[in-house]
Amino acid sequence: MIAIYKRELKAYFLTPIGYIFCGMYLAVSGLAFADTTLLEQSTSSLPTYFLYMMAIFAILIPLLTMKLFAEDRKSRTEQVLLTAPVSLTGMIMGKYFAALTVFAATFLVNSFNFVLLFQYGSPNTASIFSNILGLFLIGCAFIAIGAFLSALTENQLIAAVTSIGSIAAILVVSFVADKIGVQWVRVVLKWFSIINRYAPFTNQQLDITAIVYFFSLSAVFLFLTVRVYEKRRWS
Amino acid sequence: MIEILNVSKNFGDKKAVSDLSFNVVEGEILGFLGPNGAGKSTTMNIITGYLSASSGTAKIDGIDILDNPTEAKRKIGFLPEIPPLYPEMTVKEYLSFIYDLKDCRFPREQHLKEICDVVKIGDVYKRMIKNLSKGYRQRVGIAQALIGNPKVLIFDEPTIGLDPKQIIEIRNLIKMLGREHTVILSTHILPEVQAVCDRIVVINKGKLVANEKTEDLILAVEGSRKLVAKIVGPEADVLKMLKATGGVRYAEILGKRDTDSISYLIESEDKVDVRKSLFYSLAKNGWPLVGLEGMELNLEDIFIRLIDKEKNEQGKRKRGLKQG
Ligand SMILES: Nc1ncnc2c1ncn2[C@@H]1O[C@H](COP(=O)(O)OP(=O)(O)O)[C@@H](O)[C@H]1O
Ligand SMILES: [Mg+2]
Repeated sequence: MIAIYKRELKAYFLTPIGYIFCGMYLAVSGLAFADTTLLEQSTSSLPTYFLYMMAIFAILIPLLTMKLFAEDRKSRTEQVLLTAPVSLTGMIMGKYFAALTVFAATFLVNSFNFVLLFQYGSPNTASIFSNILGLFLIGCAFIAIGAFLSALTENQLIAAVTSIGSIAAILVVSFVADKIGVQWVRVVLKWFSIINRYAPFTNQQLDITAIVYFFSLSAVFLFLTVRVYEKRRWS
Repeated sequence: MIEILNVSKNFGDKKAVSDLSFNVVEGEILGFLGPNGAGKSTTMNIITGYLSASSGTAKIDGIDILDNPTEAKRKIGFLPEIPPLYPEMTVKEYLSFIYDLKDCRFPREQHLKEICDVVKIGDVYKRMIKNLSKGYRQRVGIAQALIGNPKVLIFDEPTIGLDPKQIIEIRNLIKMLGREHTVILSTHILPEVQAVCDRIVVINKGKLVANEKTEDLILAVEGSRKLVAKIVGPEADVLKMLKATGGVRYAEILGKRDTDSISYLIESEDKVDVRKSLFYSLAKNGWPLVGLEGMELNLEDIFIRLIDKEKNEQGKRKRGLKQG
């Protein structure tokens, strides 16, 4: 698992994709940050910034995840991974954590933006920290979703497009859910609604159920990825 | 060392392999021969644990690939049909990655160096894989399989797409590896297995067609091959003598090709080499043999022949059962 993790991590920077992700992430989120909090004419606030960030994730995280499994499948290099003495779960976790590492590192660097806020005023520290944590957990879940979709195809473009679509859908669901008449549909959609889950973080709470929810969302999609491989081996 | 036990594999409705069983003993180089689409790659993918069989299983050194995949995989070095290389890595980075992937315990530098010496890739060690020629890529693929010094090596069409010189080099390399490893080598080229293998398993449409020592198989398919002989002597007498020679099934006159010699087509019985007796009887009569050529059988002929043989035997067996 560690070997796969290390190779995958290195591979992000052997091709331009790692640099593109980091650069775009820092640039776009910097703009969003400036727009929502720093500029004098800013009318919006911190919660709006975090909403922006989720939209940015919808587009950028698929860049990280699209190649995770699709590329190995297309080039048949997956044969060396799947015939090596490594468990399927180990292989998948290695790749997941590689994407997560690139994301986390960029995320961390980007979070220094908040230091600026303290120079201009006295923002609510608890609120900032709970928001950052919530946003990070959402990123982890999106990576798992992207990884799962990458395992379903050998075409990286399809993986990217379906990931962007699915993540966007999950984000939009929260707004649509309230307008649905049928109660059980509304309940189901609300369960998937990341923004509803995210609400407690905005209110400066470390909501345990929400944290568990985000972790299980990642776990479910990683488990599904394992199942995709098992199913393909038997089909 | 390798046991394939009643392996079947269906892809949807399509039967790629059906009820295939054979063994490979320790130290043997087994040629796995079959036309394209016969199920060679599928079988190898099942042995190495990349695919799971629909029914049946494979054991490597007594370990079942389904019960204990990790241990079984440790004993196998696999070169798939398309070498599993990462083009954007250097040979050194790639082999080092495989070393980690296989959780190898040998001293790293020394182990990798030994392997590079064996497969002769020392001079491209620091080059990017995408810049290597096909022959070198195939060698890197073989090097990858050798890491961890597994007892069993499985090579899927290792010479496909190489030029004749490279083919010979890879064959010699495999021959050498066969001294210390148990090897399965798949191919759809007969001379290839003839040159390298101790035993040959032939499959067609997923079914076993033959499983014999190389010499026996070659004799079975080539012993009865057609010969063209150029002989100087009285036409009718020579033909009469040819037909009377032991082991000759059929002979005919092809015509006068040279100034004084006449060409004859000779077909021998199965598994009989008539060339020696032919020579002696011609010599006894004082008729010089000025040319002798074998008419090459291509792989299709060989399969048709082997499959026909199988059918005949099955037919005989069935008839035998009915009568008995
Ligand atoms: N993943 C797959 N899905 C469906 N059919 C397959 C798959 N892999 C192989 N086949 C079919 O199974 C048969 C055996 O293929 P293969 O094992 O690759 O043959 P060989 O290696 O002897 O050329 C072929 O008819 C091929 O089309
Ligand atoms: Mg094949």
